Amino acid sequence: MKILVNNKETELTEGNTIADLTRQLELPAQGVAVALHNRMVPRTQWEEQTLKEGDSLVIIKAACGG
Amino acid sequence: MEKLIIAGKEFGSRLFLGTGKFNSNQTMEEAILASGTEMVTVAMKRIELENKEDDMLKHIVHPHIQLLPNTSGVRTAEEAVFAAQMAREAFGTNWLKLEIHPDPRYLLPDSTETLKATEELVKLGFVVLPYCQADPTLCKRLEEAGAATVMPLAAPIGTNKGLQTRDFLRIIIEESNVPVVVDAGIGAPSHAAEAMEMGAAACLVNTAIAVAGNPVEMAVAFKEAVVAGRRAYEAGLGIQAENLEASASSPLTAFLND
Repeated sequence: MKILVNNKETELTEGNTIADLTRQLELPAQGVAVALHNRMVPRTQWEEQTLKEGDSLVIIKAACGG
Repeated sequence: MEKLIIAGKEFGSRLFLGTGKFNSNQTMEEAILASGTEMVTVAMKRIELENKEDDMLKHIVHPHIQLLPNTSGVRTAEEAVFAAQMAREAFGTNWLKLEIHPDPRYLLPDSTETLKATEELVKLGFVVLPYCQADPTLCKRLEEAGAATVMPLAAPIGTNKGLQTRDFLRIIIEESNVPVVVDAGIGAPSHAAEAMEMGAAACLVNTAIAVAGNPVEMAVAFKEAVVAGRRAYEAGLGIQAENLEASASSPLTAFLND
Protein backbone atom coordinates (compact mmCIF):
# COMPACT_ATOMS: atom_id res chain seq x y z
CA MET A 1 0.00 0.00 0.00
CA LYS A 2 1.01 3.59 -0.45
CA ILE A 3 1.21 6.19 2.30
CA LEU A 4 2.54 9.74 2.34
CA VAL A 5 5.59 10.55 4.46
CA ASN A 6 6.28 14.26 4.49
CA ASN A 7 4.20 14.52 1.31
CA LYS A 8 6.27 11.86 -0.43
CA GLU A 9 4.70 8.58 -1.57
CA THR A 10 6.15 5.65 0.33
CA GLU A 11 5.47 1.91 -0.06
CA LEU A 12 4.55 0.08 3.12
CA THR A 13 3.36 -3.48 3.77
CA GLU A 14 -0.36 -3.78 4.46
CA GLY A 15 -1.12 -3.79 8.19
CA ASN A 16 2.21 -2.32 9.21
CA THR A 17 2.40 0.02 12.18
CA ILE A 18 4.20 3.34 12.76
CA ALA A 19 6.88 1.36 14.57
CA ASP A 20 7.34 -0.83 11.45
CA LEU A 21 7.65 2.29 9.33
CA THR A 22 10.28 3.87 11.59
CA ARG A 23 12.33 0.66 11.36
CA GLN A 24 11.93 0.56 7.57
CA LEU A 25 13.15 4.16 7.35
CA GLU A 26 16.04 3.48 9.75
CA LEU A 27 15.22 6.56 11.80
CA PRO A 28 17.50 7.58 14.65
CA ALA A 29 16.50 6.19 18.05
CA GLN A 30 16.06 9.64 19.57
CA GLY A 31 15.05 13.07 18.38
CA VAL A 32 12.20 11.90 16.17
CA ALA A 33 8.47 12.63 16.34
CA VAL A 34 5.62 11.39 14.18
CA ALA A 35 2.25 12.92 13.40
CA LEU A 36 -0.58 11.14 11.65
CA HIS A 37 -2.93 13.49 9.81
CA ASN A 38 -1.34 16.39 11.69
CA ARG A 39 -1.86 14.90 15.15
CA MET A 40 1.21 13.91 17.10
CA VAL A 41 1.32 10.19 17.92
CA PRO A 42 3.21 9.46 21.16
CA ARG A 43 6.04 6.96 20.83
CA THR A 44 4.21 4.64 23.24
CA GLN A 45 1.50 4.18 20.61
CA TRP A 46 3.77 3.48 17.65
CA GLU A 47 3.61 -0.31 18.05
CA GLU A 48 -0.19 -0.48 17.97
CA GLN A 49 -0.98 2.32 15.51
CA THR A 50 -1.52 0.51 12.20
CA LEU A 51 -1.40 2.50 9.00
CA LYS A 52 -3.70 2.27 6.02
CA GLU A 53 -3.60 3.21 2.36
CA GLY A 54 -3.41 6.98 1.85
CA ASP A 55 -2.41 7.85 5.42
CA SER A 56 -0.39 11.03 5.63
CA LEU A 57 2.43 11.31 8.14
CA VAL A 58 4.78 14.05 9.18
CA ILE A 59 8.07 12.84 10.59
CA ILE A 60 10.52 15.31 12.04
CA LYS A 61 13.99 15.03 13.47
CA ALA A 62 16.53 17.24 15.18
CA ALA A 63 18.20 19.96 13.15
CA CYS A 64 20.68 22.71 13.82
CA GLY A 65 19.10 26.04 14.68
CA GLY A 66 19.26 29.02 16.99
CA MET B 1 27.92 34.85 41.11
CA GLU B 2 24.26 34.26 41.65
CA LYS B 3 22.92 31.13 40.00
CA LEU B 4 20.40 31.57 37.26
CA ILE B 5 17.10 29.88 38.01
CA ILE B 6 14.48 29.30 35.34
CA ALA B 7 11.27 27.48 36.17
CA GLY B 8 12.93 26.13 39.32
CA LYS B 9 15.95 24.74 37.48
CA GLU B 10 19.41 26.05 38.32
CA PHE B 11 21.95 26.98 35.64
CA GLY B 12 25.66 27.49 36.29
CA SER B 13 26.14 29.39 33.03
CA ARG B 14 24.33 32.48 31.79
CA LEU B 15 25.30 31.89 28.19
CA PHE B 16 22.86 29.98 25.98
CA LEU B 17 23.96 28.72 22.60
CA GLY B 18 22.19 28.22 19.32
CA THR B 19 23.32 25.41 17.03
CA GLY B 20 22.77 26.94 13.58
CA LYS B 21 25.36 27.92 10.98
CA PHE B 22 28.35 25.92 12.26
CA ASN B 23 30.62 24.47 9.57
CA SER B 24 30.43 21.01 11.10
CA ASN B 25 28.73 19.19 13.93
CA GLN B 26 32.16 18.51 15.39
CA THR B 27 33.01 22.21 15.63
CA MET B 28 29.56 22.89 17.04
CA GLU B 29 30.08 20.34 19.79
CA GLU B 30 33.53 21.70 20.65
CA ALA B 31 32.16 25.24 20.82
CA ILE B 32 29.27 24.16 23.03
CA LEU B 33 31.60 22.41 25.46
CA ALA B 34 34.14 25.28 25.43
CA SER B 35 31.41 27.84 26.14
CA GLY B 36 30.40 26.16 29.39
CA THR B 37 26.76 26.58 28.40
CA GLU B 38 24.05 24.51 30.03
CA MET B 39 21.27 25.45 27.59
CA VAL B 40 21.39 24.72 23.88
CA THR B 41 18.73 25.26 21.25
CA VAL B 42 17.72 22.67 18.71
CA ALA B 43 15.42 23.01 15.72
CA MET B 44 13.29 20.44 13.93
CA LYS B 45 12.99 19.57 10.28
CA ARG B 46 11.10 17.05 8.21
CA ILE B 47 13.18 13.97 7.48
CA GLU B 48 14.29 13.43 3.91
CA LEU B 49 13.84 9.78 3.06
CA GLU B 50 16.92 9.44 0.86
CA ASN B 51 19.24 11.59 2.94
CA LYS B 52 20.88 9.79 5.86
CA GLU B 53 23.00 12.64 7.19
CA ASP B 54 24.90 12.77 10.47
CA ASP B 55 22.56 12.91 13.47
CA MET B 56 23.25 16.33 15.05
CA LEU B 57 21.52 15.45 18.29
CA LYS B 58 24.28 13.18 19.52
CA HIS B 59 26.64 16.18 19.40
CA ILE B 60 24.57 18.27 21.78
CA VAL B 61 23.20 15.73 24.24
CA HIS B 62 25.33 15.94 27.37
CA PRO B 63 24.20 15.35 30.95
CA HIS B 64 24.75 18.98 31.97
CA ILE B 65 22.93 20.49 29.00
CA GLN B 66 19.25 21.40 28.91
CA LEU B 67 17.94 21.04 25.38
CA LEU B 68 15.79 23.94 24.29
CA PRO B 69 13.82 22.93 21.20
CA ASN B 70 12.61 25.85 19.12
CA THR B 71 9.54 26.25 16.98
CA SER B 72 11.38 27.84 14.09
CA GLY B 73 9.39 27.68 10.88
CA VAL B 74 5.92 28.14 12.37
CA ARG B 75 3.81 31.14 11.41
CA THR B 76 0.85 30.94 13.81
CA ALA B 77 0.04 30.03 17.40
CA GLU B 78 -1.76 26.93 16.17
CA GLU B 79 1.31 25.72 14.28
CA ALA B 80 3.44 26.52 17.32
CA VAL B 81 1.33 24.27 19.55
CA PHE B 82 1.71 21.42 17.03
CA ALA B 83 5.47 22.00 16.81
CA ALA B 84 5.72 22.10 20.60
CA GLN B 85 3.98 18.74 20.92
CA MET B 86 6.30 17.24 18.31
CA ALA B 87 9.33 18.71 20.09
CA ARG B 88 8.25 17.37 23.49
CA GLU B 89 7.91 13.92 22.00
CA ALA B 90 11.15 14.05 20.01
CA PHE B 91 13.41 15.47 22.68
CA GLY B 92 11.73 14.35 25.87
CA THR B 93 11.56 17.84 27.35
CA ASN B 94 8.73 20.28 27.95
CA TRP B 95 11.10 23.24 27.62
CA LEU B 96 10.46 25.30 24.54
CA LYS B 97 11.89 28.30 22.79
CA LEU B 98 8.75 29.74 21.28
CA GLU B 99 9.45 31.60 18.09
CA ILE B 100 6.77 32.60 15.64
CA HIS B 101 8.00 34.59 12.69
CA PRO B 102 5.79 34.63 9.61
CA ASP B 103 8.19 36.79 7.60
CA PRO B 104 11.24 34.80 6.47
CA ARG B 105 13.10 37.94 5.36
CA TYR B 106 13.59 39.48 8.79
CA LEU B 107 12.43 36.65 11.07
CA LEU B 108 10.80 39.19 13.38
CA PRO B 109 8.52 37.63 15.97
CA ASP B 110 4.76 38.03 15.64
CA SER B 111 3.73 39.49 18.98
CA THR B 112 0.03 38.65 18.79
CA GLU B 113 0.58 35.01 17.91
CA THR B 114 3.45 34.68 20.39
CA LEU B 115 1.26 35.86 23.26
CA LYS B 116 -1.59 33.60 22.19
CA ALA B 117 0.71 30.58 21.87
CA THR B 118 2.34 31.28 25.24
CA GLU B 119 -1.05 31.24 26.96
CA GLU B 120 -1.97 27.92 25.32
CA LEU B 121 1.39 26.23 25.82
CA VAL B 122 1.61 27.15 29.50
CA LYS B 123 -1.80 25.52 29.99
CA LEU B 124 -0.44 22.42 28.24
CA GLY B 125 2.42 22.21 30.73
CA PHE B 126 5.28 23.62 28.67
CA VAL B 127 8.09 25.72 30.07
CA VAL B 128 7.85 28.54 27.57
CA LEU B 129 10.75 30.84 26.71
CA PRO B 130 9.36 33.19 24.08
CA TYR B 131 11.57 35.01 21.59
CA CYS B 132 9.93 38.40 21.31
CA GLN B 133 10.18 42.03 20.35
CA ALA B 134 11.94 44.29 22.83
CA ASP B 135 8.55 45.64 23.83
CA PRO B 136 8.17 46.17 27.60
CA THR B 137 4.37 45.97 27.46
CA LEU B 138 4.44 42.71 25.52
CA CYS B 139 7.04 41.27 27.90
CA LYS B 140 4.75 42.06 30.83
CA ARG B 141 1.89 40.31 29.05
CA LEU B 142 4.05 37.26 28.34
CA GLU B 143 5.09 37.14 31.98
CA GLU B 144 1.44 37.32 33.08
CA ALA B 145 0.64 34.51 30.64
CA GLY B 146 3.14 32.31 32.47
CA ALA B 147 6.28 32.57 30.34
CA ALA B 148 9.32 31.21 32.20
CA THR B 149 11.51 33.95 30.76
CA VAL B 150 11.20 36.64 28.16
CA MET B 151 13.72 36.70 25.32
CA PRO B 152 13.67 40.11 23.69
CA LEU B 153 15.80 40.73 20.63
CA ALA B 154 18.78 43.07 20.73
CA ALA B 155 18.80 43.60 16.95
CA PRO B 156 17.42 41.78 13.91
CA ILE B 157 18.46 38.15 14.12
CA GLY B 158 21.79 37.21 12.59
CA THR B 159 22.89 40.83 12.07
CA ASN B 160 25.56 40.97 14.80
CA LYS B 161 24.61 44.62 15.36
CA GLY B 162 24.55 44.53 19.16
CA LEU B 163 22.12 46.17 21.54
CA GLN B 164 20.10 48.29 19.12
CA THR B 165 17.10 48.03 21.46
CA ARG B 166 19.18 49.07 24.49
CA ASP B 167 16.70 51.52 26.03
CA PHE B 168 13.81 49.07 25.75
CA LEU B 169 15.91 46.24 27.16
CA ARG B 170 16.65 48.44 30.18
CA ILE B 171 12.95 48.98 30.81
CA ILE B 172 12.18 45.28 30.34
CA ILE B 173 14.94 44.29 32.77
CA GLU B 174 13.72 46.84 35.31
CA GLU B 175 10.10 45.73 35.14
CA SER B 176 10.42 41.99 34.65
CA ASN B 177 9.83 39.42 37.37
CA VAL B 178 11.09 36.58 35.19
CA PRO B 179 14.64 36.22 33.83
CA VAL B 180 15.32 38.40 30.79
CA VAL B 181 17.39 36.58 28.19
CA VAL B 182 18.73 38.82 25.45
CA ASP B 183 18.37 36.93 22.20
CA ALA B 184 19.26 37.79 18.60
CA GLY B 185 21.65 40.37 17.27
CA ILE B 186 24.46 39.94 19.80
CA GLY B 187 27.53 40.04 17.58
CA ALA B 188 30.52 40.43 19.88
CA PRO B 189 31.50 39.51 23.43
CA SER B 190 31.34 43.22 24.32
CA HIS B 191 27.65 43.27 23.37
CA ALA B 192 26.99 40.31 25.64
CA ALA B 193 28.97 41.90 28.45
CA GLU B 194 26.95 45.11 28.08
CA ALA B 195 23.67 43.21 28.24
CA MET B 196 24.82 41.43 31.37
CA GLU B 197 26.05 44.68 32.97
CA MET B 198 22.55 46.06 32.40
CA GLY B 199 21.15 43.19 34.43
CA ALA B 200 20.09 40.71 31.78
CA ALA B 201 19.80 37.24 33.27
CA ALA B 202 21.45 35.55 30.30
CA CYS B 203 22.34 35.94 26.62
CA LEU B 204 21.53 33.61 23.77
CA VAL B 205 24.22 33.64 21.11
CA ASN B 206 24.44 31.72 17.86
CA THR B 207 25.65 33.46 14.71
CA ALA B 208 28.46 35.41 16.36
CA ILE B 209 30.06 32.18 17.56
CA ALA B 210 29.14 29.90 14.65
CA VAL B 211 30.52 32.13 11.89
CA ALA B 212 33.62 33.32 13.78
CA GLY B 213 37.05 32.58 12.33
CA ASN B 214 37.57 30.23 15.26
CA PRO B 215 34.19 29.33 16.76
CA VAL B 216 35.66 27.45 19.73
CA GLU B 217 37.84 30.39 20.79
CA MET B 218 34.89 32.75 20.25
CA ALA B 219 32.76 30.55 22.48
CA VAL B 220 35.34 30.98 25.23
CA ALA B 221 35.40 34.75 24.63
CA PHE B 222 31.62 34.91 25.05
CA LYS B 223 31.78 32.76 28.16
CA GLU B 224 34.26 35.17 29.74
CA ALA B 225 32.31 38.24 28.61
CA VAL B 226 29.08 36.97 30.11
CA VAL B 227 30.80 36.17 33.38
CA ALA B 228 32.53 39.58 33.44
CA GLY B 229 29.30 41.42 32.64
CA ARG B 230 27.36 39.58 35.31
CA ARG B 231 30.07 40.09 37.92
CA ALA B 232 30.07 43.81 37.12
CA TYR B 233 26.30 43.98 37.48
CA GLU B 234 26.36 42.21 40.82
CA ALA B 235 29.28 44.34 42.01
CA GLY B 236 27.31 47.50 41.22
CA LEU B 237 28.59 49.73 38.43
CA GLY B 238 29.66 53.28 39.16
CA ILE B 239 27.16 55.85 37.95
CA GLN B 240 28.10 57.58 34.69
CA ALA B 241 28.75 61.31 35.11
CA GLU B 242 26.27 63.71 33.53
CA ASN B 243 29.00 66.09 32.37
CA LEU B 244 32.54 65.65 31.14
CA GLU B 245 34.39 67.18 34.09
CA ALA B 246 37.17 65.00 35.44
CA SER B 247 36.86 63.39 38.81
CA ALA B 248 40.34 62.45 39.91
CA SER B 249 41.08 58.98 41.11
CA SER B 250 44.54 60.02 42.36
CA PRO B 251 45.17 62.67 44.99
CA LEU B 252 45.75 66.09 43.45
CA THR B 253 47.83 67.40 46.31
CA ALA B 254 51.10 68.55 44.79
CA PHE B 255 54.16 66.53 45.68
CA LEU B 256 56.64 67.82 43.06
CA ASN B 257 56.18 71.45 43.99
CA ASP B 258 55.24 73.20 47.15
